[in-house]
Amino acid sequence: MTEPILSARGVSKRFGGVQALKDVSFDLYPGEVLALAGDNGAGKSTLIKAISGVHHPEEGSITFDGRDLSGLLPGAVRDLGIETIYQDLALADNLDVGLNLFLGREIVRHLLGFLPVLDRTKMRTESAAILQNLGIRVPDPTLPVGNLSGGQRQAIAISRAIYWNARLLIMDEPTAALGVPEQRLVRDLIIRLRERQVAIIYISHNLNDIFAVSDRILVLERGRKAGERKASETDDNEVVKLMMGSA
Amino acid sequence: MDDTYKQDKATPQLSESTRLLLIITKAWSWVFLALILVFFEVWSQIEVGRSFLWSTYNLQSLGVAAVQILMLALGLTLVIVASHIDLSIGFITGLAAVMAAVLIRLLDPFTNDLYLIALDMTLGAAAEPLKTMFLGDLLGVTVGQSVSVVIAIAGAAAIAMVPGLINGWMVSKLKVPSFIGTLGMYGIARGVALLIAGGATVSIQNDVARDWGNGTHFEVPYIVVFAILCAVAFHYLLSSTRFGVYTYAIGGNYQAAVRAGVRVDRHLIILFMLSALTAGFGGIIYTMRFSAGAAQAGEPILLYAVAAVFIGGASLTGGKGTVVGTVIGALIIAVIQFGLVFINVAPYWQFVAVGGVIIIAVLIDQSRSTIDRLRSTS
Repeated sequence: MTEPILSARGVSKRFGGVQALKDVSFDLYPGEVLALAGDNGAGKSTLIKAISGVHHPEEGSITFDGRDLSGLLPGAVRDLGIETIYQDLALADNLDVGLNLFLGREIVRHLLGFLPVLDRTKMRTESAAILQNLGIRVPDPTLPVGNLSGGQRQAIAISRAIYWNARLLIMDEPTAALGVPEQRLVRDLIIRLRERQVAIIYISHNLNDIFAVSDRILVLERGRKAGERKASETDDNEVVKLMMGSA
Repeated sequence: MDDTYKQDKATPQLSESTRLLLIITKAWSWVFLALILVFFEVWSQIEVGRSFLWSTYNLQSLGVAAVQILMLALGLTLVIVASHIDLSIGFITGLAAVMAAVLIRLLDPFTNDLYLIALDMTLGAAAEPLKTMFLGDLLGVTVGQSVSVVIAIAGAAAIAMVPGLINGWMVSKLKVPSFIGTLGMYGIARGVALLIAGGATVSIQNDVARDWGNGTHFEVPYIVVFAILCAVAFHYLLSSTRFGVYTYAIGGNYQAAVRAGVRVDRHLIILFMLSALTAGFGGIIYTMRFSAGAAQAGEPILLYAVAAVFIGGASLTGGKGTVVGTVIGALIIAVIQFGLVFINVAPYWQFVAVGGVIIIAVLIDQSRSTIDRLRSTS
């Protein structure tokens, strides 16, 4: 067995009086899709935010590729190869496709050799190439992404991750706001990314989605780890029972 | 790859009237500026019998009026793009005006000494012949006075940024809504400025300050040149740098900016400090123009500055607005302000007219959002 790319050990996080995460441990291997299941408030979002550097757990450790992630800011975590795609899409609606793809890592050229200016053209052409790779055409790359459809916006978020060579992709309800064909696009994309040895953490309320794409299922219940099963060795009933805390 | 994935959305076909509306909403401020210029030109030709625009004095007055508005509006543009507001700038202007005047009054008696110290510090031993050459004569006084003006400008600008720093800290770290936080700072800056000034106007007698505030080069006032340089710098900052993109990103989707690794707290603090800095420059310019600093220097301009930013295409919801738009907005208000006086209309109509233009700007912003929706759904 290869080394796990991500290891969480005893991760705990409180918000005031609320214990959002309590002693959660798991491993994730390259090319593996781990589904996070759990009811609302079970701690799924807190867990992925702890990995991506938005929250900092009080106890426990998270290591990625042998590196301790504690104390790192979201930008530093992304630089290590952990990309997060959020349910609210994390795109700035007023910026165009290129700027959104490169937000936080803009391409800059130097005017007259010293004055730094954004290279909007390069960012647009690069992003058009990436989107074409995914088979997604955007009518006008100079339009603010707020004018695009939900699927197109999701595609931009995903292509951002791929462009930045993510080795761990975290997806929070990536299909929640999408129509059926666009949901299929995202599911197929996950399978393709797995073939490229990308590790994926996948959050969904939809058990069909979870069983369709994941290798393992980690169930959270009120901040605790309620159980961990191989997708091939469990079924809907057991997962639901774990989610309810009754297994 | 399956063809159903290809989300090809043809560019929506817009009707002729929608397209016309789109052009109007995009360029209306330019058109509006041209229209009011024509209006005032025609009116003054008929009623006053003189040209409105074909006059160096009029153009200079217009420029100076626009400068005072623009200095407050420049920094404010960035704050509004980031979907915040800074109401304190009116009295930060007053604070800086009073501070500049107080500092110049304080320093002027020592100007010759300051001049000598400045010479020693910059030139060392080579300063000796200069000292004997200029000391006591007219040029010596000028050099000495400019030393105190430069120190006063730096000091007043630095002090103006203190309330900006506090504004940014309140808004970013303490999560105080900027409308309320800067309204509080409005009161504080006003009170402090009045306290320092002793409730009165602080007059100065410094020829260099007066010259910088009122002098011209090829008929162009120095302060207009300075404001143009500031506008160019802010335009570059907002349109061509990472700092500008992050400002738009924060205004468009705060969470997206956070998740992209933008240091939003620090960014907001810098934005409010820049806003205070340009407002402070506005106050310093006021003091140099009138050879007096007053706590109320920025009071009437606050409304005009906010109006200029919104006329220039910014939106209360943030994420929109440009420096070029703000410059046009400031020019529109300056033309209304000065034009109404020129054609002998009671000055109070200024407020009515500017208020009307603000409402028009908001209506146009609304219709622009409607058109954007039409474009993306049709």
